[in-house]
Amino acid sequence: MKHLLSTADLGLDEAIRILDIAEDMADVSTREVRKLPTLRGITVVNLFFEDSTRTRISFEAAAKRLSADVINFSAKGSSVSKGESLKDTAQTLAAMGADGIVIRHPASGAPRVLAHSGWVEAGVVNAGDGTHEHPTQALLDAFTMRRRFHGAAARGRDLAGTRVLIVGDVLHSRVARSNAWLLKTLGAEVTFVAPPTLLPNGVAAFGVDVYYDLDEALARVQPDVVMMLRIQQERMNAAFFPNGREYARSWGLSATRLHGLPERTLVMHPGPMNRGLEISDEAADSPRSTVLEQVTNGVSVRMAVLYLTLAAGETN
Amino acid sequence: MSTTDHILKGATLSDGRTTDILIGGGVVKALGTNLTEAAATVIDADGLLALPGLVDLHTHLREPGFEGSETVLTGSRAAAKGGFTAVNAMANSSPVADTAGVVEQVQALGDRAGFVTVRPIGAVSQGLAGTHLSEIGAMANSRARVRVFSDDGSCVADPLLMRRALEYIKGFGGVLAQHAQEPRLTEGAQMNEGELSATLGLGGWPAVAEEAIIARDVLLAHHVGARLHICHVSTAGSVEVVRWAKSRGFEVTAEVTPHHLLLTEDLVSTYDARYKVNPPLRRSEDVEALRAALADGTIDIVATDHAPHTMEAKSCEWDNAANGMVGLESALSVVQKTMVDTGLIDWTDVERVLSAAPARIGQVAGHGIPIGVGSPAEITLYDRSVTSTFSVGDLAGKSINSPYLERELPGRVVATFHAGYATVLDGAVLDSDLVAANASAAQTAAK
Amino acid sequence: MSTRTVLSQADIHRALTRIAHEILEGNRGADDLVVMGIPTRGVLLADRIGDALRAISGQAVPVGAVDATLFRDDLRRQPTRAPRPTTVPDGGIDGKTVVLVDDVLYSGRTIRAALDALSAIGRPRVVRLAVLVDRGHRELPIRADYVGKNLPTSTSERIFVRLDGIDDAEEVAIEGGDR
Repeated sequence: MKHLLSTADLGLDEAIRILDIAEDMADVSTREVRKLPTLRGITVVNLFFEDSTRTRISFEAAAKRLSADVINFSAKGSSVSKGESLKDTAQTLAAMGADGIVIRHPASGAPRVLAHSGWVEAGVVNAGDGTHEHPTQALLDAFTMRRRFHGAAARGRDLAGTRVLIVGDVLHSRVARSNAWLLKTLGAEVTFVAPPTLLPNGVAAFGVDVYYDLDEALARVQPDVVMMLRIQQERMNAAFFPNGREYARSWGLSATRLHGLPERTLVMHPGPMNRGLEISDEAADSPRSTVLEQVTNGVSVRMAVLYLTLAAGETN
Repeated sequence: MSTTDHILKGATLSDGRTTDILIGGGVVKALGTNLTEAAATVIDADGLLALPGLVDLHTHLREPGFEGSETVLTGSRAAAKGGFTAVNAMANSSPVADTAGVVEQVQALGDRAGFVTVRPIGAVSQGLAGTHLSEIGAMANSRARVRVFSDDGSCVADPLLMRRALEYIKGFGGVLAQHAQEPRLTEGAQMNEGELSATLGLGGWPAVAEEAIIARDVLLAHHVGARLHICHVSTAGSVEVVRWAKSRGFEVTAEVTPHHLLLTEDLVSTYDARYKVNPPLRRSEDVEALRAALADGTIDIVATDHAPHTMEAKSCEWDNAANGMVGLESALSVVQKTMVDTGLIDWTDVERVLSAAPARIGQVAGHGIPIGVGSPAEITLYDRSVTSTFSVGDLAGKSINSPYLERELPGRVVATFHAGYATVLDGAVLDSDLVAANASAAQTAAK
Repeated sequence: MSTRTVLSQADIHRALTRIAHEILEGNRGADDLVVMGIPTRGVLLADRIGDALRAISGQAVPVGAVDATLFRDDLRRQPTRAPRPTTVPDGGIDGKTVVLVDDVLYSGRTIRAALDALSAIGRPRVVRLAVLVDRGHRELPIRADYVGKNLPTSTSERIFVRLDGIDDAEEVAIEGGDR
């Protein structure tokens, strides 16, 4: 695996392999020495054109546990915001000897352009591009589900038959896109729930069931996982829905909806959460919530991705 | 004096007749077999098609203001390379062509370059801002005698301004060429809206944003009794609206670009910004509808929307890349591939959609006239029988943002004659100084 | 290419039994012994040696697995390798006599990586190395304490270890290097 750009590029075997390696990486964090020499001498650049402290720290921790050298390049407030192009930035990083580039960019497709441009030789990992994808988030979500449902027997398993409800701003959500592809590849049954204004025109492309009514969806699907998407503050002012109160009432995971869920149902959220909007305090803090596990698992999954994209030689 | 005289031996006209063509004194002096003229250069045109010089109603020459991507001279060379003898230069230069001064400058630069007739298009609104009418009368009455007005690149979105513009332009016998794009519905638009835009996470450019404006404007134009031309129709729905308007006898004409006849949105999935264009590449169903509409006359002409951009403007992330592709050099080949080789139209139709009709709509005097004794010597000599891989070497303008690079395309422009002298011979664009000198001599002789 | 069998199933069984005896002799019994196999075939061999140790000493010996993939220094020279699980027996390895088990000892790089992997798990008192086959050509100062069979080979030859439970046969074979 030279790059990780989209979960749509992953086949079932490859997806399971990443999750299995992430299990090995998770084991490492239980050892006496929680560091591996695997990527010694390799330089990973975190190239962030958007602020995302959580994702950057997670990748940084993952790279450091694998003994890579990490350079953080925040494009905000740097030469990039003064008009330097992605191409010039990339070539600068290549000249510094970057072996891997973890890129977060507001433009959909920017990681693919970087990977296929010929500007750099480095492996490219997509850490979130525009409203396109966020593959490592989807992988850590799948990893979290697999661990919760299968525990120590998770290795080698897919998510066949797992019913996942993804609720909220699908239109602008890279998390929803990456999860839709990956979870379907792993055999899960994915359903989107959102007001029609927050579903992309052409949502049929994802081949998932779509509901506008959250209560109907919860009753009909009886989900194993409810994944709440974050509502960006700027959407509130753009007439996608009348106001936050109405959104919370119709599409928020309230205490009442939480208590109506089947016993085993997990509550997931990619974070950061808007408590009181898409998720209630009761849901966010309940034992079904995997929010903190997701953060922990993020490091293991990103270690696996960095290992697969950067450790191997040219032949693969 | 006779150094620019040529005899094209055994050329085939669009209707299939074969004839020698004697060019001299800026006109076709004679047709027939075994023509001779001592001073004339003889060109073996056996098997080659002779068409009246092609006329583009929609070209971006980028001068003044964006000379890094194209100039009037380099764009004229690209046009000649593609077999064109006249181009209409869009108004979105910097400064915008919204005054007599700018349009006269563009026309003068075109005359001096001498590769093609350059007809400036005037802006509808000041600075293309869509709020105040530009100096339409001054441009119409200037030496450039502007007859086509367009805010292309921007839509004349305000319905009242659109109505006034249609009415006002009517008074000067001109036509308004509308870039149909509802601005609110296309905020942040990056590609055709549908399943692929949903997958790629790129902002959607819905077909309805084009169709709604066309529907409004055909009704408005009919209401005020004005002529309307619709730029780069790109959707099957737009075709239906235009077809309906024409069936009601409305004075509407429409153009389609070569790229919308061939390419589909699927190319966007590479995020290669060479395929970023406005209006965006659409679905294959739209391509089929556009081809059918061009064949049945619903769409009147093919216009290139030649839009040069620098490498920096294209070699970047999709959202930040410029819209547009160069198209002059490849237009005739793409029309052959999509329309002629598919059996949808014949070469007389090509002559109509790429020469006669655009000359008529744009009121480009001395162009689009069938080849006959006494007709202006605006001629394109085209080899239909070859196929080759389109490459940077086939481009003659300043920019190389062509979507056809590395693609197989049929046909090759062998020679182009403008105002009686050659601008392209053996497929190569002639030296700029030589062409400028011939142009100067021809202009003196004409006076 | 010629292939010839150098150890039969019975030979392998005898070698492992002998190694178990030698381990008990060297350790003066089964106390504080831990056997750790290196995936893939080393884990199977460790299980068998563990069985033999119990049969001989009458005392259960903990068996685990230590994967060395993530500690290798030659990852960039090869296609991606998937790591295999590491399992540490209850009681850990601190202060124990750990017997590392692998199928073939060659350059010594896998053992070097496995020693690093072990030190990330804990601190054994002693580490010993048992291998089924030692084929020579060491690139590091590493040697085995217990060897099933020494097999002088040329670098152009390939050694195949096939074991019941993973493969459909049980033997050690040499391919190539016709002489």
